[in-house]
Amino acid sequence: MITLQVNRKEHAVDADPATPLLWVLRDLLHLTGTKFGCGMAQCGACTVHLDGEAVRSCVTPVSRAVGKQVTTIEGLSDDNSHPLQVAWIQEDVPQCGYCQSGQIMSAAVLLKGKPDPSDEEIDAAMSGNLCRCGTYQRIRCAIHKAAEMSKGGAK
Amino acid sequence: MSTEQRMGRRGFLKRGGLLGGGLVLGFTVPMAKRLGAQGAPDSKLPAPNAFLRIGPDDSVRVILAHAEMGQGIWTTLPMLIAEELDADWSKVSAEHSGVAPAYNHTAFGFQITGGSTTTHSEFDRYRQVGAMARELLVKAAAAKFAVKPEECRTEKGMVIAGDKKASYGELAEAAAKLPAPEKVTLKDPKDWKIIGKATKRLDSTEKVNGTAQFGMDVHFDGMLTAVVARSPGFGGKLRSVDDKAALAVSGVRQVVKVPSGVAVLADHYWAAKQGREALKIEWDEGPTAGLDSAKQREDFRKLAATAGAPAAKAGDAGKALQGDDLLEAEYYVPYLAHAPMEPLNCTVKLGENKCEIWTGTQMQTVDQQVVAHITGLKPEQISIHTTFLGGGFGRRATPTSDFISEAVQVAKASGKLVKVVWSREDDIRGGYYRSAFLHHAKVALGKDGYPAAWKHVLVGQSIMAGTMMEAMMVKDGIDATSVEGVSDSPYMKEIPDHLVELHSPKTGVPVLWWRSVGHSHTGFVMESLIDELAHKAKKDPVEYRRELLKDHPRHLAALNLAAEKSGWGKPLPAGHFHGVSVHESFASFVAEVAEVSVSKEGILKVHKVTCAIDCGLAVNPEGVKAQMESGIVFALSAVLHGEITFDKGAVKQRNFHDYPVLRMHETPLIETHIVQSSAKMGGAGECGVPPLAAAVTNAIFAATGKRVRELPVRTDQLKHA
Repeated sequence: MITLQVNRKEHAVDADPATPLLWVLRDLLHLTGTKFGCGMAQCGACTVHLDGEAVRSCVTPVSRAVGKQVTTIEGLSDDNSHPLQVAWIQEDVPQCGYCQSGQIMSAAVLLKGKPDPSDEEIDAAMSGNLCRCGTYQRIRCAIHKAAEMSKGGAK
Repeated sequence: MSTEQRMGRRGFLKRGGLLGGGLVLGFTVPMAKRLGAQGAPDSKLPAPNAFLRIGPDDSVRVILAHAEMGQGIWTTLPMLIAEELDADWSKVSAEHSGVAPAYNHTAFGFQITGGSTTTHSEFDRYRQVGAMARELLVKAAAAKFAVKPEECRTEKGMVIAGDKKASYGELAEAAAKLPAPEKVTLKDPKDWKIIGKATKRLDSTEKVNGTAQFGMDVHFDGMLTAVVARSPGFGGKLRSVDDKAALAVSGVRQVVKVPSGVAVLADHYWAAKQGREALKIEWDEGPTAGLDSAKQREDFRKLAATAGAPAAKAGDAGKALQGDDLLEAEYYVPYLAHAPMEPLNCTVKLGENKCEIWTGTQMQTVDQQVVAHITGLKPEQISIHTTFLGGGFGRRATPTSDFISEAVQVAKASGKLVKVVWSREDDIRGGYYRSAFLHHAKVALGKDGYPAAWKHVLVGQSIMAGTMMEAMMVKDGIDATSVEGVSDSPYMKEIPDHLVELHSPKTGVPVLWWRSVGHSHTGFVMESLIDELAHKAKKDPVEYRRELLKDHPRHLAALNLAAEKSGWGKPLPAGHFHGVSVHESFASFVAEVAEVSVSKEGILKVHKVTCAIDCGLAVNPEGVKAQMESGIVFALSAVLHGEITFDKGAVKQRNFHDYPVLRMHETPLIETHIVQSSAKMGGAGECGVPPLAAAVTNAIFAATGKRVRELPVRTDQLKHA
């Protein structure tokens, strides 16, 4: 049994330590907000936070998450109030929506390090997250908007 | 029921709450039940309870005959009902319908989401439903208030008469007992409050908190997850399999043979995938063993030099093409994968007398029939729960229902409740591509510099041949989807001597419609050729098109708006150049101006795309803009990167590292303008794609003098002094 801290809750899972964290989250814990897109860290749909760092859970063995705080999209906020979630809705970002959990989780780490990122910094931080619907422009706008909201003290 | 609740722990339960809890009385029209798919007696009106439920809590639930795959119909179709209903928009939500004749496409006659048709094909039906429901609510209110219906008005989910008012929720039960109206009057467009107004998506919240349910997210207790080992060559058959090592993998439960290969069923995806890797399989090479992209292209080229099936003909192009002032050019585009972000998947629960399917699909009726054939069940014994689609782009509408039929085969062979999941590699290598096409064009310029004669030969596989749509779509050897955009081009129509010919070689590669279908290559080729001709005639590319399109007002309107908004002809930043393109597809007219720079080393940067669309009425202008952005990014992926190639019968690409798609840092600024138009409504989902490639390559020509006649664009070909 492996003990994991996911979204501030403890879980015991029966998994091989080499199993990618993604499949433990999705298939064992049924936290399906984290998505499978490529299985080789190419698309970013599986992005989660390990102690606040963005990782591609599809290539992260679950053993690496032991003793760390795992945060998934389900744990980003309890009430869709994270500035990125608010901005994403305001900017009408999602289309099919499949990649957006990963996009938001990557953006959340970006904003922690750079509270007011430039377009170039956004591009650099977000270029690992693919979107086939082409919502990139709206994602850029939404990240700026979330940065603005956070600056203003709004939650 | 228990399994549904299990799976409904999250989004499904929330979304299905209206049905599940018994809290809500559906707003139904009594007659409609007996009439099935029909509306009121002797009327052509739809059955409103198939499309709308109003709960006592004032909730307005709109049932969608079409599938949401990003294109925004989850919002647009409810807008149509809400407008006529005078609903309170904050109470409106949506869900996918099941599969039933009531939900057949109003033009195609079966349930399908495709061809950029959803909004215009439902424009009347969904408004009628809203209007019928409103009329019943008014009647119920009039009875309650003891006034005449004419004394009532409706506003934001309320019926009001003088100082009396009642909410739709309060009236729903009484309204449900009234007979359905036989005819309704729709609002005058000048009274619209919702239609034509930029409206935010109704599905954003669940898509930003992880609760939106895609097929991939379906889970039931006791369900197994399967991956299938398929032949590396298309149509290759299994010779032998040794599954001993696979069955020894922890979590693997079963290995079964299915027509498409060998399925490994396990407790979860990771175990199934490990199990698949442990299979020892021998395949026969299959009919495409010799497939080689370079050789195939040579074969296409040779074919292009022979006479094909005529797709359009006027005058005598052969004779007219004897002159000196000729342009001769060959264009080529490769096979392309759709690569939706959500890999294909399908969950199947097969019982003795019924089969339940959960998947994201664009073509439920066909799926139902294919599954009936496999299982021996009647179509009505097969239910399909359409989840959100994590992208479709055509891949989730296969005439063979490939990923659904395979999952049913796995369920049948294993006897298990099973979710079949494709890996990204399975998706990229699994076929159903946009066909590769080679175009050979020969154009004679008249003395005025405009085309006087045009011969155009296309070579590429038919996506319709061999499918149940062949009879409808292939006439006299011409698959209309292969030549659309060339044979019916507004330029071609104006040329007295022209000939369009088509060769449809059979290669064994499974091919399929890919966002914008034939227009995905014909838009590129036609708008490149026109640009070549403009330069040959030493005329401005926009002016040249204006002259050729002078009798095509909707092309012109889009072209002029894009030219104006992009600042065509005005100075650009140093090293930046414009390219223009305009193309009609799916009854909409889109012009795009790309602004690019190309470094001496050949590094291309697309800085900005200015887009103008005439789609007639834009029901949700915000949605139309989003679809233009989406189409442009999708098309730019293909321009810069997209290519599926074959070597010794196998697909060379595997995943996003060698089948790259556009990333954020490559994405231009996109500005969309909508032509104010009262012309016939067209599509949006696909229409942004066709003009993009030529807008970019025409700008590359302006920047470098190098004409790109082949996609994807290659850096080494753009080096310039």
